[in-house]
Amino acid sequence: MSAISASEKVDGFTRKSVRKAQKQRKSQGSSQYRTQSAPVELSPLPQLKDAPSTEQQELFTQKLQQCCMLFDFFDSVMDLKSKEIKRATLNELVDYVSTNRGVLVESTYPEITNMICTNIFRTLPPSENPDFDPEEDEPTLEASWPHIQLVYEFLLRFLENPDFQPSIAKRYIDQKFVLQLLELFDSEDPRERDFLKTILHRIYGKFLGLRAFIRKQINNIFLKFIYETDHFNGVAELLEILGSIINGFALPLKAEHKQFLMKVLIPLHTAKGLALFHAQLAYCVVQFLEKDPTLTEPVIRGLLKFWPKTCSQKEVMYLGEIEEILDVIEPTQFIKIQEPLFKQISRCVANPHFQVAERALYFWNNEYILSLIEENIDRVLPIMFGSLYRISKEHWNPTIVALVYNVLKTLMEMNCTLFDELTSSYKADRQREKKKEQERDELWKKLDELRLSDSALVQNNSHGLQNNNNNNNNNSNSSNNDDTEDKSADSAAALPTDDKEPDVLVNIFV
Amino acid sequence: MAGADGDDSLYPIAVLIDELRNEDVQLRLNSIKKLSTIALALGVERTRTELLPFLTDTIYDEDEVLLALAEQLGNFTMLVGGPEYVHCLLPPLESLATVEETVVRDKAVESLRKISQEHSPGDLEVHFEPLVKRLASGDWFTSRTSACGLFSVCYPRVSSTVKAEIRQHFRTLCSDDTPMVRRAAASKLGEFAKVLELDYVKSDIISLFTALASDEQDSVRLLAVEACVSIATLLPQEDLETLVMPTLRQAAEDKSWRVRYMVADKFSELQKAVGPEITKNDLVPAFQNLLKDCEAEVRAAAANKVKEFCENLPEDNREQIIMTHILPCVKELVSDTNQHVKSALASVIMGLSTILGKDNTIEHLLPLFLAQLKDECPEVRLNIISNLDCVNEVIGIRQLSQSLLPAIVELAEDAKWRVRLAIIEYMPLLAGQLGVEFFDEKLNTLCMAWLIDHVYAIREAATCNLMKLVEKFGAEWAKNTIVPKVLGMANDPNYLHRMTTLFCINALSEACGQDITTKQMLPVVLKMSNDQVANVRFNVAKSLQKIGPVLDSNALQTEVKPVLEKLATDTDMDVKYFAQEAISVLVLA
Repeated sequence: MSAISASEKVDGFTRKSVRKAQKQRKSQGSSQYRTQSAPVELSPLPQLKDAPSTEQQELFTQKLQQCCMLFDFFDSVMDLKSKEIKRATLNELVDYVSTNRGVLVESTYPEITNMICTNIFRTLPPSENPDFDPEEDEPTLEASWPHIQLVYEFLLRFLENPDFQPSIAKRYIDQKFVLQLLELFDSEDPRERDFLKTILHRIYGKFLGLRAFIRKQINNIFLKFIYETDHFNGVAELLEILGSIINGFALPLKAEHKQFLMKVLIPLHTAKGLALFHAQLAYCVVQFLEKDPTLTEPVIRGLLKFWPKTCSQKEVMYLGEIEEILDVIEPTQFIKIQEPLFKQISRCVANPHFQVAERALYFWNNEYILSLIEENIDRVLPIMFGSLYRISKEHWNPTIVALVYNVLKTLMEMNCTLFDELTSSYKADRQREKKKEQERDELWKKLDELRLSDSALVQNNSHGLQNNNNNNNNNSNSSNNDDTEDKSADSAAALPTDDKEPDVLVNIFV
Repeated sequence: MAGADGDDSLYPIAVLIDELRNEDVQLRLNSIKKLSTIALALGVERTRTELLPFLTDTIYDEDEVLLALAEQLGNFTMLVGGPEYVHCLLPPLESLATVEETVVRDKAVESLRKISQEHSPGDLEVHFEPLVKRLASGDWFTSRTSACGLFSVCYPRVSSTVKAEIRQHFRTLCSDDTPMVRRAAASKLGEFAKVLELDYVKSDIISLFTALASDEQDSVRLLAVEACVSIATLLPQEDLETLVMPTLRQAAEDKSWRVRYMVADKFSELQKAVGPEITKNDLVPAFQNLLKDCEAEVRAAAANKVKEFCENLPEDNREQIIMTHILPCVKELVSDTNQHVKSALASVIMGLSTILGKDNTIEHLLPLFLAQLKDECPEVRLNIISNLDCVNEVIGIRQLSQSLLPAIVELAEDAKWRVRLAIIEYMPLLAGQLGVEFFDEKLNTLCMAWLIDHVYAIREAATCNLMKLVEKFGAEWAKNTIVPKVLGMANDPNYLHRMTTLFCINALSEACGQDITTKQMLPVVLKMSNDQVANVRFNVAKSLQKIGPVLDSNALQTEVKPVLEKLATDTDMDVKYFAQEAISVLVLA
């Protein structure tokens, strides 16, 4: 106890590196073994290649059955001999199905799938680290990987064998099989997810009857991830498969696929761990737009709806995705969304976080985007001007200010007259905005007073309102002064206080 | 005035529409949050005919705005003209109940449930129930999910034909092909069962329960466990064995640890729901298995329930069941490999002593307590110490005190300040149970050492601890044991320690009373007013303000006042400020 240094005593939290080192020691998990009773010792069978061809089939089946035995990998010294026998046998099986022709006869299919199911399908163990952060922490690795890896390898070779017949296999590789396979994508072990990705891709390719089902289940996984749990380790892998699936969609796109885009892929952008799969997600979205450009408007509106409010890191990702979309956008589509889009971009360039501002300003380095802006400069410039002008004077970061000057210059060259007009009306515009804001405040103040006097209102309507008007006249001396000032600046006649209210009302109606 | 009135009643809708279309979400949000103000200004009729249709049409917005809208509408009954017109609120809420974002949808359902109570039975059938049906047969899963939460609120108040339809819809949703809907249905199964007639519980609910409990997704199965509690409560004892138990047994041995975890987590409720006989025959072995489960999560959840489970066992053979079936498992858990399991156990294990009585506690439990007091994980030790009172009642704390002391000392010096903080909080409790002699002999030094801890939170807690100790042991004890040591720190070279003296005086003066405060503490405080560190000086002013009420007026006038007046002219502005504050609070000016 006395060995504790003063600094450690002050800061009770152990440093992260220490915590990590401790975690790594035991960062292996598996609940696979635990479902079975104690394993029996395995005895080695003769090599397949040494067996006479008439007996090979029988021996193959025996080996498959032998590999159904599961071992406890938590205890690294337990059953060492049997573990080694199983490993060697699995290796031999992998080799056997990948190099030999004519070994996949119909009767072996149930044995093969049984061996695979027994080994890989399991309830994934609870995470060792309840606050597992995939971006920061080391994943828990699958303890039984020495065996499971070979089983995955075997499954892959089985699917890729030229003799493989989906028509027979579909009796075993069915919806239930796929469902269990999909659940494994939640594994924390990236090696496992990588195998699963390739395997699911092959299954999708070979089993036409399962395609719709696979898509639907992925849908469900994503929806659960977005709206229920916020946790699933295999989102990136599933999106990667989807990327290639979307690529192959026939035109015109089915309603089902469009729904998937709008109701699943776009909401996926809201996930906390977006950084882990954003590249794959953006790829899927762009694939959709390349297939069907008319989807551009709803997609961009969707992204604008979910635009991050506080997370700058995410905002940078969104901007990246918008640029990818603009790269493939059709000019007719651009016109449809330019207004809401550039309002957001103008907010981004004014962002105090310089990485966000910088990412948005980089749009002006993109030739194609520049050409789109130039074609629509009359619409884009008025939206962008305010932010750019202000930032050029106010932003704390010199790099941003320099970039803004370049952008302003580019825009000025596109339409000099409009630029000059905007420059000269800038001040008046700001003042008008300020005034509008003040009017809004006034109105809400009035509404609040309405509420304050609501008991009076219920009793006696006109009396209540009268009170309310009086209140308003009494308590707004200072704001009246401001108001007057603004009005004169706007070259409108300053109105006497008594007539102020109707005037404000008219303004708001307009 | 009449003209102005007309305008006043006109503008809110215009403002609202304007604000609702504002680009700034915050402004849209503001206007929605004040929706009731606007409705009030509009009056009930225009709220119904203009505002609500407008709101129904503008449902596409940011989720944050929608959430606020969904919440507002739940409290809108009076604003649309009372229960007679409450059904006007259904269209916008129906749309909100179909949006993707879960929080919005849940809020819309919550509001719908609320206003369902305000519908007359007739309106419920004409307006509300059709809405539930539309949601239940919606295309997208969100509306079907929302429907699940609405069945139980309308079922009790509709005719029997409509009831039959509702049951049918619920059945359909329980076998929906999206797991999201099945989860929603499973989570409402218990609630729905409660409003059904017993015959239908037996005929309908049981089959749904059985199906959901063997769903292919474990996230559905585990929700069925929750429903199991309500269903078992509803059924007569003789039906439980055939209708519920097969499913419950299966859940306790489910291949997914999440389901087993849920069983462990709900164990006490399940135990109460199925009654003593089934508990004896089925739940005891099931509980043993959960305590020995291969996943630590499950063991920890079960360990948490050990005390409650034992407490609720039928009294006639409770002791025998615990001794032969439960205690052996508990003994194993004491040396579990997972610290969460051990600490879950440590938080309840002491409770067993009251159930088992003195002799069993000494013979069987005491060794376990002692082992846990030596556990490597501080949380385990803390949990034991925090529950000492249960043991004290049964066997007296003396049995433990020899092992307790090293454990306390070790925690008191733990490297993590949160652990130190936790043990300080138990000090008054420990002191009360161990008695003043033991305390003086063994623990007093620790309490004093905390006063000079490196971490402020510990020093602060230590001060507060002293106050509680004085409340327990009395002023006389304080005068001899604590006060001299505290006052001694006033001459410490470290100004933080000198300030601790002042903080202690603040805390102790009231408990110690006028005599000690005036004679022992006040001179020290006054002397510290000459300290060279400004922080000490303004804390002197604060302390004087604090102890002023305990002093008599003579001391205040002759001793405190001059010092405060001097401090009020200090060169440091904070010292001045607090001195002046003290003068005015103590009315010395």
